Amino acid sequence: MSESYKIIDHNYDVVVMGAGGAGLRATLGTVEAGLKTACITKVFPTRSHTVAAQGGIGASLGNMSEDHWQWHMYDTVKGSDWLGDQDAIEYMCRNAVPAVHELEHYGMPFSRTEDGKIYQRPFGGHTRDHGKAPVERACAAADRTGHAMLHTLYQQCLKNKAEFFVEYIALDLIMDEDGSCKGLVAWDLDTGELHRFNAKMVILASGGYGRAFFSCTSAHTCTGDGHGMVARAGLGLQDMEFVQFHPTGIYGSGCLITEGARGEGGYLTNSEGERFMERYAPTVKDLASRDVVSRGMAQEIRDGRGVGEHGEYIHLHLEHLGSEVLWERLPGITETAKIFAGVDATKEPIPVLPTVHYNMGGIPTNYKGEVLRPTAKDPNAIVPGLMAAGEAACVSVHGANRLGTNSLLDLVVFGRACGLHAAEVVDAKASFKELKATDGEEAVERFDRLRWAKGSRPTADIRLEMQRVMQSNCGVFRTSEILKEGKDKLSETAKTLPDVGVSDRSLIWNSDLVETLELENLMTCAAATMNSAEARHESRGAHAHEDFPKRDDETWMKHTIATVDTDKGYGVDLTYRPVNNFTLTDEVSYIEPKERVY
Amino acid sequence: MVEFNLPANSVVKEGKTFSAPADAKNVRAFKIYRFDPDSGDNPRTDTYDIDLDKCGPMVLDALIKIKNEIDATLTFRRSCREGICGSCAMNIDGRNTLACLKPIDDIKGEVKIYPLPHMPVVKDLVPDLSQPYAQLASIEPWLKADSPTPPDGERLQSREERAKLDGLWECILCFSCSTACPSYWWNSDRYLGPAVLLQAYRWLADSRDEYTGERLDALEDPFRLYRCHTIMNCTNTCPKGLNPALAITEIKKMIAERRA
Repeated sequence: MSESYKIIDHNYDVVVMGAGGAGLRATLGTVEAGLKTACITKVFPTRSHTVAAQGGIGASLGNMSEDHWQWHMYDTVKGSDWLGDQDAIEYMCRNAVPAVHELEHYGMPFSRTEDGKIYQRPFGGHTRDHGKAPVERACAAADRTGHAMLHTLYQQCLKNKAEFFVEYIALDLIMDEDGSCKGLVAWDLDTGELHRFNAKMVILASGGYGRAFFSCTSAHTCTGDGHGMVARAGLGLQDMEFVQFHPTGIYGSGCLITEGARGEGGYLTNSEGERFMERYAPTVKDLASRDVVSRGMAQEIRDGRGVGEHGEYIHLHLEHLGSEVLWERLPGITETAKIFAGVDATKEPIPVLPTVHYNMGGIPTNYKGEVLRPTAKDPNAIVPGLMAAGEAACVSVHGANRLGTNSLLDLVVFGRACGLHAAEVVDAKASFKELKATDGEEAVERFDRLRWAKGSRPTADIRLEMQRVMQSNCGVFRTSEILKEGKDKLSETAKTLPDVGVSDRSLIWNSDLVETLELENLMTCAAATMNSAEARHESRGAHAHEDFPKRDDETWMKHTIATVDTDKGYGVDLTYRPVNNFTLTDEVSYIEPKERVY
Repeated sequence: MVEFNLPANSVVKEGKTFSAPADAKNVRAFKIYRFDPDSGDNPRTDTYDIDLDKCGPMVLDALIKIKNEIDATLTFRRSCREGICGSCAMNIDGRNTLACLKPIDDIKGEVKIYPLPHMPVVKDLVPDLSQPYAQLASIEPWLKADSPTPPDGERLQSREERAKLDGLWECILCFSCSTACPSYWWNSDRYLGPAVLLQAYRWLADSRDEYTGERLDALEDPFRLYRCHTIMNCTNTCPKGLNPALAITEIKKMIAERRA
């Protein structure tokens, strides 16, 4: 080490990494249970990316029409293309209704129906009675549901006097020799100091990694930091090949236009003015699940029916809904369309394109939130002391394709589950494991190495190259050739990481160094994604492989586990674990795989 | 006569200039406030000449281009890039706003960028916002009600009651308004400022909240509330088009009506 750093030590029963929906809900749970909790976050809590969720949170309240959690479960299983674990999906869907009521009781400003109940709108893939017609299931606060939810959860954390460490960058986990997790190392941007958090339980709620791609709806801060930490601890990442493209990112900027826009009656057209989704999904049309709509759009563009001078986008029509409906139910996206597409949505269509939006894959967990370390002998073995929730985790409730509104639901249901389980297994009275002088040393070494990195390639340069490879070689449509090429190109890019150059040497708010630390996390995610995708020789959900256009349950009804060697050129080792083909209770039976048509 | 001088270390000096490539045709100068906490030097303004033909349309696009391609040490907060997270609030062309929502084309001539005014600066465009965050916590911004919640359902709220929250709950806590308020500049230790008062009114306006009296008691104070002199900078500058000045007036009205 070229410099010795002063390290500040802390003891907490629970350390939560991330203050988005999942992190805040987990924090709330552990604080309420009387556990001494530290929530460490790289942005002030209300700036987390949950804030950008628009359309709604899925729950079968039945406020607008008949609905049941079993229908919600069926849609989620079908949406996942049967890769989701049905025990976890049952857990999520039955807990959805109380979770939404809880949010309302916390004060969340939901929109309302005429009789004063929570307003619900239709959403892609959510149907009445096993696919018969779209159903109103998305509980909405106008088109700013994530904002309403995140602020509400932060308010509840304030009420419960939760302790936050804001603008702290988590560097790495501290693992015990017995394989359990005993804390993490973090860097305080404000003072430049390094901290070791000794914890009986670490909960990772660090969000997704959309920024591994060139064009995404995700915030700049979605860099897979939890994924990177887990990989550097030698643990695997699950189902990383499943990357959701949201059908309606604004052409150019990639800013999100909610699926709720189609839920409220919006529709897509090609250059001939045709509502082409009728051909791809005759029953629910524009409200098919996202992978289906995105593929439909991409196919139209490929067949030369894209809109625009170069036929490169699709039109989303909302103008027929009338300005009153738009300003009451969709004010946010009406504004966004104006600012980022220069379009008055009350008068003209919005140019849109499928855009990277969500990572179904992530840190493998069970429905309680415990992180898994699958082995050939025990595919469900856990890592003691480590849990994960939210987009960072792969429970898996979303399988190969997530339904809209199920992400906000995932955050609160599994954030809460983490709180409950931590309260069960963590003993506030028990003494802490002693941290050794060497604990966290590797994290500090990595930090110091990157801080003084004098290589020839700026961080932004390597990042852009990685993002371009991911965008062009791991997109909506994939082939063996494209993926093989992507794997080689990405490996070349990853090999240049030791040649990275950082120009800011400061310890205080060194955002150049932050972005470099993030780049290593992104590269880990990118490598896992590309390699997992290249190996999966079938088409399922968001993974559309043109050389293998059919789903192959015989061979591929299994979760991918990718272990990334972050020390040696980001090589990836792949193993597999079975999909849970059972439910949690006898109240609902396993939904057998069948062909997926909308 | 008394003479006032700025403290020596607060004088902003002229910094470096980074020229655009020779073949650039559509060049605009971005003059950006820089402060390096490590050096102990005075703040300075660096000038970056940017080829707008190779830059996105928003001020944030230019800042990111500078950081990626010209000077990686430039430091600023950013996250969602679509005006919902509130990270990139700063003073652009003399006005507090979000860099991600501010089109470069709206600005004539040199683009001057400073951190939010009157806050301690941590580094470059990153202000220390811990005071407004603490003030937010001080108004107890959560639903307070003693009536039991329905065991298997939501509290009911009519559409008219819910509509009273519109224009309040959408606040993204960017603090563009508070840091544009001369009263807040002068008395930020005791005056809550428009952003926090807007939040205070959000709970006063919520039909589900049962602590109106206590909330008003806590606000009825010459400083916390009444340092607002209806200057209206808050409403003029809000990048989300909200009206904190109106919310503050509503609080004053509620207190006046309570007295009557």
